[in-house]
Amino acid sequence: MAYERKFKIGKPILEVNNISLSFGGVKAITDTSFNVLEHEVRAIIGPNGAGKSSMLNCINGIYKPQQGTVSFRGQQIPNITPNIMAQMGLSRTFQNLALFKRMSVLDNILVGRKLHTKTNFLEVALQLPKVKKEEKLNRERSEEIISFLEIEDIKDTPVGKLPYGLQKKVELGRALATDSTIILLDEPMAGMNVEEKRDMCRFILKVNDELGTTMVLIEHDMGVVMDISDRVVVLDYGKVIGDGTPDEVRSNQKVIDAYLGVEH
Amino acid sequence: MKPVFMTYTKKDLINLAVCMVLSVLVIPTFITTEYWYTSILIPWLCLALATIGQQIVMGYTGQLALGAAGFMAAGAFAMFNLILRVPDLGFVGSLIVSGLIAAAFGILFGLPSLKVRGIYLMVATLASQFFIIWMIDKFGWFKNYDSSGIITAQDIVILGKPFTTPLAMYFVCLAVTTVLTLLAMNMARGSTGRNWMAVRDMDIAAESMGVSLLRTKVQAFAISAFYCGVAGALFAFCYLKSLEPVAFDIKLSFKILFMCILGGLGTINGAFIGAAFILLFPVLLNAIGNNVFHGAIDATIISSIEQVIFGGLMIIFMIYEPLGMAKLWENLKVSIKSKLSSAGTKSLKSSAQKSE
Repeated sequence: MAYERKFKIGKPILEVNNISLSFGGVKAITDTSFNVLEHEVRAIIGPNGAGKSSMLNCINGIYKPQQGTVSFRGQQIPNITPNIMAQMGLSRTFQNLALFKRMSVLDNILVGRKLHTKTNFLEVALQLPKVKKEEKLNRERSEEIISFLEIEDIKDTPVGKLPYGLQKKVELGRALATDSTIILLDEPMAGMNVEEKRDMCRFILKVNDELGTTMVLIEHDMGVVMDISDRVVVLDYGKVIGDGTPDEVRSNQKVIDAYLGVEH
Repeated sequence: MKPVFMTYTKKDLINLAVCMVLSVLVIPTFITTEYWYTSILIPWLCLALATIGQQIVMGYTGQLALGAAGFMAAGAFAMFNLILRVPDLGFVGSLIVSGLIAAAFGILFGLPSLKVRGIYLMVATLASQFFIIWMIDKFGWFKNYDSSGIITAQDIVILGKPFTTPLAMYFVCLAVTTVLTLLAMNMARGSTGRNWMAVRDMDIAAESMGVSLLRTKVQAFAISAFYCGVAGALFAFCYLKSLEPVAFDIKLSFKILFMCILGGLGTINGAFIGAAFILLFPVLLNAIGNNVFHGAIDATIISSIEQVIFGGLMIIFMIYEPLGMAKLWENLKVSIKSKLSSAGTKSLKSSAQKSE
């Protein structure tokens, strides 16, 4: 696969330094560090309960780690909140789907355009020309994303009525609508059949390839992970036990032990 | 496929035209009894406006708030004092400022929504209801030191012209309600409404998309209280024609809550349907009592039956159609349309067969 990438993998864009997170006495993450390079597809894998989702929640500011820092573009961010991270250009999807269930697909994706909406409620109420102009631009971008994801036929359906696989797609669309530089995907392919998985992989790679968006994904399906990611970090019991290219990780003894079990 | 850029579709414009013709031409021409204006139409418009306020905070933003009548009281007494003390402001100016004063209370009492939710928030917002009424009762200044406790609302004068007949007051209410309803629809369909609904449906995801929970919730509370404040001022000046804090007690808050739920959460037209139902239903029951049973049923029993039916309906709607009467109306329109179109194709087919 010696094809030329439009966006060359660059410097570290996101750095996680010595993060420790515990809930009460239970340690979810212990002193974990890794980085994500610009324009790469980075996977976080590990057995159940390894702290993968907790890791994403720390990066995104939903959880506040007791120790450690997160740096974005070399700049350490104090007081991370989901809102601040969104403004810095980091978007995400959720493990158990966090869509706006009573809103249509189009409206869900339009919410992703929030940070590109500068008009206030009074201007919206009065429908000033600049509101119409902005709304038009946002709608055009959302329609683009909808046709990119090939979900035109369901764009007016309330999301809550869609099957799981499509909802996952809509969630990806919403994250894309933010035009973020980095997108965190929490198990984007969980619960999908083979065909849907293949579709999702195609979209992830296409986004990465065409827009240069850095992708960080958590995934259980090892085959998928090894196929689409540039580098993989392996967590087990909240610690990094492997970090490198898919081939390096595959031959790492600790990783093999964690996945296959060790003889005692 | 061509995306819809405009906020209003052709259907909306037709609906608006029909409503305007009905309310501006048809109703004033055919309804001449004062009773309909003073007891049905004016309170309907006022309460529908307050229900839109409740919709914004509860139906759209998903914050269980109970205290609409408190904000209405704030608006009503602000209006009284503004006309009394700042006559230069005029009726419309005073109406806007009283709405803004109510909005300030809305912000204050909306702040708990950042920390508590659900039934706990409902209890917290009850504070607004009791605090505002208590404040007005406690400090005589708000009632201009009137000893009787009930003060008469000033006459409505707009641009030097008095608006004192029921029909004139109906038009005042209609104009204010129409403008505010259109503004509410613009917000609800635009980016503002999407932020509200995002917070309602999944707040953590909304925050991850850059929607500020603090700003969105407080904004919704403020706008909601503004609508309630304006509605309260109109309610006092056009319907009650007097001001007493008791008129804005918790019962009225509950009434508005019922209108909101029965009409359909998260709909603007539901506010009007819900308000109409709750206002007209007792009238209908009374008419049945008088005309069918010829007064054999006691009036107190009728009002009890009314409560029972309201309660039953609330439960039925919550279980079977949480989107309320607005949704039923939608369904009805769809089924009529499909019946008409199938009848149309049938007649087309039969005429085609005949011609063969």
